[in-house]
Amino acid sequence: MLQMNKVSKVYRTDTVETHALREFSLTVEEGEFVSVTGPSGSGKTTFLNIAGMLEELSSGTYELDGRDISKLNDKERSKVRNEKIGFIFQSFNLIPELDIFDNVDVPLRYRGMKAEERKRRIGRCLEMVGLASRLKHYPAQLSGGQQQRVAIARALAGEPRFLLADEPTGNLDTHMTDSVLDLLTEINESGTTIIMVTHELTLADRAGRNIFVRDGQVSDGPPELSFAAAANS
Amino acid sequence: MFRYYLKLGLLSIRANPALSALMVAAIAIGIGACMSIVTVRHVMSGNPIAHKNDVLYHVQLDNWNPDEPYEEPNEPPEQVTYLDATALHQAGRALRQTISFKSDRVIQPDGDNARPFQQEVRATTADFFAMFDVPFAYGSGWDAVADQTEERVVVLSAEMNRRLYGGENSVGRMVTMNKEPYRVVGVLDEWLPIPTFYDLNNNPYQGPEQIFLPFSLAISGEWGSSGNNSCWKPSENGSYEAYLASECIWIQMWVELASAADRDTYLQFLNDYVEEQKSLGRFPRELNNRLSTPAEWLVNREVVDDTVNVLLSLAVLFLIVCLLNTIGLLLAKVIRRTSDISLRRALGASKSALFTQYIVEAGMIGVAGGLAGIGMTWLGLRGLENVFSEYDFIAYLVTMDWSMVLGAVLLAIVSALAAALYPTWRACSLSPASTLRIQ
Repeated sequence: MLQMNKVSKVYRTDTVETHALREFSLTVEEGEFVSVTGPSGSGKTTFLNIAGMLEELSSGTYELDGRDISKLNDKERSKVRNEKIGFIFQSFNLIPELDIFDNVDVPLRYRGMKAEERKRRIGRCLEMVGLASRLKHYPAQLSGGQQQRVAIARALAGEPRFLLADEPTGNLDTHMTDSVLDLLTEINESGTTIIMVTHELTLADRAGRNIFVRDGQVSDGPPELSFAAAANS
Repeated sequence: MFRYYLKLGLLSIRANPALSALMVAAIAIGIGACMSIVTVRHVMSGNPIAHKNDVLYHVQLDNWNPDEPYEEPNEPPEQVTYLDATALHQAGRALRQTISFKSDRVIQPDGDNARPFQQEVRATTADFFAMFDVPFAYGSGWDAVADQTEERVVVLSAEMNRRLYGGENSVGRMVTMNKEPYRVVGVLDEWLPIPTFYDLNNNPYQGPEQIFLPFSLAISGEWGSSGNNSCWKPSENGSYEAYLASECIWIQMWVELASAADRDTYLQFLNDYVEEQKSLGRFPRELNNRLSTPAEWLVNREVVDDTVNVLLSLAVLFLIVCLLNTIGLLLAKVIRRTSDISLRRALGASKSALFTQYIVEAGMIGVAGGLAGIGMTWLGLRGLENVFSEYDFIAYLVTMDWSMVLGAVLLAIVSALAAALYPTWRACSLSPASTLRIQ
């Protein structure tokens, strides 16, 4: 379970103080598929970064599987991130010098897993995303959709409890978007909790629950209502 | 994991060939400059007889002017008089003792067309070879009897033997010097002590003399010294006998003691000897005799040229400039790779894991820089040949040994790691979210 309670995030410079999140509270249960929508600059990505421990929170509490994240040091956070969280980014973020096999291998390397086990997992995940025959290809040799599938395989290889996706189909055409979303749904159905930040209503529809974020605060409700509220404001 | 980091390092170097080459070049040039000068200094300041440092002692007696020391503040002369050299040698109170000086002879090689040539020779005593571990290819040195009987014998260096006899065993053959025949009793193997610790007064980097013969023979032939010769009062008349009886210093004296524990005993013997001489009207200054190990003697004579020390300082500064450049280049590389760093953080790499990864990569740059630096060092030494062209020992330098190769690579790795610390720390301190968001 992911639980944020009155989390605030403030960016400070010498002259400006920006509140990206204000008393943001949210609970995501095990196995949920939650979409996070909201206008630009509303704090969606900040929420996702804090959820993924890529950023520190300024105040409030954040618990992941019952552990208070703010009390962990860098090594412990890295371990939790590596073992419990998988990331999918809008721009795929594959490492261009590494082939597909090695890209999927990255999180497993930091887990200190044996070569045989790594190989087994990589093979299984690439098979799941339909790219088992492209092990030795480099990212530049793949289409955008295929690259995002590799990124999904990389996120899944560590068998995480939570999958955090930031605009995972933002750079894909409609056909590829559908295929990636089908894949995410399939992953969710197999038990992985997914939190997906998106600004597209159709994508948000695919999630079991939509969180609407505005001015750094959260409100539950169907995407249609949330966007309508945003439009009327 | 180390192998994984090596693989990533290699990939990163291949992905940024120009930047990597610049870093390797910066390190290599710095290492080349530094190691060239370090090598010269090492050779110049080396102690070629270090393995006998605790039993060999250079002898100094202060027979100098009562009104002023030989050297400020109160240094005794670095050589001894003929009177004292022969008296102490004859006393034979050490395990071994040798007295010697440098002179010049004209060698007349065999053969009708052979042209005579002038050559520096060393007049010394029998113990010289055993004391200084001089290696022989053929024959041996002469014995104490030959010293007493002024036997007309010589020992040739390997180089002189090649020049006169084509390198064959010439023991028993005759060498003509100043029209007088001398029988070859020994031929040295290659022997190039740098500096020539046994006589630091006369260009210690020229290498040893090519011909050695009995001290007594040179004296009976009334040979003068071609080395340093200092007198604080004139000899009574211009004759050779008067010169021998004078207070002029021109002979180098060394003793070998059974152990370092005998040092005080021998010094006491020297002091007793000087006290005795004082009663005869000599040695007007206070007792100031000295025994120095080869290492102490090398330091005392400051054999390392000041130019070399200045060059070394400049080379170290140059290396620092090269490292600053490397830091700049590494920072540029880190900036280009912030997305990779952030991504790895997101995928579970801890700061320490990333730090290790980048340090390993810097180490690889260092190894490459070190290897290239060895080439640069070789070039540097070639260049220094011109600067120090008057010293024969340069021939020694261009043969780089394993310790130097290892030293260059180690220095390069340490330098690269030092240069990498700040950029790596910066890389690992980046907030992963800040760069991932830009994607």
